[in-house]
Amino acid sequence: MTYPTHIWITLLFIVLAFGVLQGACAYLSLLERKIAAWVQDRIGPNRVGPRGLLQPIADGIKFLLKEQVVPSHVDKLFYFLAPAITVSTALFAFVVVPFGQTHSPVTSPWPQTNAEFARIQDELEAKRDAYEQQTQFVVAPHVDIGILLVFAVGSLAVYGVILGGWSSNNKYSFLGGLRSSAQIVSYEIPLGLSALTVVLLSNSLNAERIIAHQLSAGWHVWYQPLACLLFFTSVLAECNRLPFDLPETEQELVGGYHTEYSGFKFALFMLGEYTHLITTSFLVVILFFGGWHLPWISEPASGPVVKLIVLCGKMLLVIVISMLVRWTIPRFRFDQLMGLAWKVLIPLTLLNFIVVMVVKQAGMARWSEMIVLFIASIALLLGAALLNVRRPRTRFDIGDARQRAAESVLN
Amino acid sequence: MPIAEKDVRWVEEPQIGLFEQLYLPAILTGLATTARHGFGALFGGKAVTQQFPEERPKLPANYRGVHRLNRDESGRVKCVACYMCATACPAHCIDIVAAPSPWPDREKYPETFVIDELRCIYCGMCEQACPVDAIELTTLPDLTGLSREEMMFDKEKLLSVYDQTVRMGTDPIRTKPGRLSVAAEIAPPGAVPAPKP
Repeated sequence: MTYPTHIWITLLFIVLAFGVLQGACAYLSLLERKIAAWVQDRIGPNRVGPRGLLQPIADGIKFLLKEQVVPSHVDKLFYFLAPAITVSTALFAFVVVPFGQTHSPVTSPWPQTNAEFARIQDELEAKRDAYEQQTQFVVAPHVDIGILLVFAVGSLAVYGVILGGWSSNNKYSFLGGLRSSAQIVSYEIPLGLSALTVVLLSNSLNAERIIAHQLSAGWHVWYQPLACLLFFTSVLAECNRLPFDLPETEQELVGGYHTEYSGFKFALFMLGEYTHLITTSFLVVILFFGGWHLPWISEPASGPVVKLIVLCGKMLLVIVISMLVRWTIPRFRFDQLMGLAWKVLIPLTLLNFIVVMVVKQAGMARWSEMIVLFIASIALLLGAALLNVRRPRTRFDIGDARQRAAESVLN
Repeated sequence: MPIAEKDVRWVEEPQIGLFEQLYLPAILTGLATTARHGFGALFGGKAVTQQFPEERPKLPANYRGVHRLNRDESGRVKCVACYMCATACPAHCIDIVAAPSPWPDREKYPETFVIDELRCIYCGMCEQACPVDAIELTTLPDLTGLSREEMMFDKEKLLSVYDQTVRMGTDPIRTKPGRLSVAAEIAPPGAVPAPKP
């Protein structure tokens, strides 16, 4: 059963998501510059408007009015397609991400007989009506493959990067695109595996149900601190943020895949990147930090505005942390980046996933399950570190090197 | 040539323990440092930024900025048009036209004295070459103009820079304005009538 008001609410949310996301992306670029400045003991942009608050608007006007330079050597079709793909996939991934209050959608039981079906049908429809009368702060509520959709569409965004790098017909851009494809393919695996543990815990891929599960069982970060850490790390890599911003390293690739882009097309790339950052930060909060839930402040009974503020506040906190990380850790070399994904993150997430499966199968009480999983996470982390310490490494033999140096002098 | 054995220092890669191998403590320490600087600049007023056009930088007294031509004690240009600065200048940016001095205490004076501020490399050689401490580089750092012609500083402009810097109290320390030094050829007393003040 559908209600005509739902169409309007959905349309309103689409318009809101478009407008607010673009504004948020513009102001995130200001926040990024401000945080960069503060961390480096500077003040940051402060000329446009009070404390530089109108800077994004000035930037936007500049992007719109700048000359649209199209280099003569580019592949025109894909050159124009690349930024469009980046933005549209980033926006599309946001569709199933809750940004405010949500309720768990109704699960229909499987009736075994016709009589049973007739008995539960009325009950089920009443529940569905009640669900549909509550406003869900999601553009597309009740999407049962929610998290999968985000990952599927989010990994499509790499096409924008690859096409941008390839169609630019420039070796540095091309290298940036290649690096991006390799990096995103590698980091999708730990990203998905660490999210999968949460899916196992809450028995659903639906973001609304995952939040609802955390209301009763406690935030997933207490069950899965390791998965949370690995998910956040993979998110940084997925968003091409430092220390994983190999596709756009200024020092070696002149800016990577968007070297040949200027004006509004460059702005679209930036928009896509920041939208991706917002979406994945929402995901971190929804999967591990209880969504809109905050004890005593934002409980199921509190109003939608409180929930909206709590969820967006948490999301902003994740973004601020990832911006602080940017100025804390130096960039990886490409082989280190790949080593981290394949030798550390993927084995760890796999083991963690197996542990969750085993613990779920044991069917323990909620508290003991939490304690066991928490301890298992710490143990896995310590074990990984210990393995690396104990590993017999091929050590540099000083006596041998000295001998060889002496021989080379003699020869 | 091979490096002598005693000059070679063999360094072994340090062993990483369990604590370092976790990486997380190190990352958290780094984050704390980053956050401390961030909060210091945001709330503690620890930002080192100078708001340039409003807030003038405090430059060291031996900074080499815009040139000035010093005046002597009676306000005349101190230069005796000896061409020492123009000769010393590695950028050939000083152009002097000498003329017989209208004053009795020196033989020549510069009829025109033009410095191309865009050609100048601000090395301070003119200052060192000047026998009478007539030219010097001031602590004015910002030199702007809308055309190349505007950046050709003539005698009046250079003297006005002197007036401006004297008013600002940012006298450089390398030269002494005031009386001519012994290097100027001083006419015997009474040979020429003294100038009217």
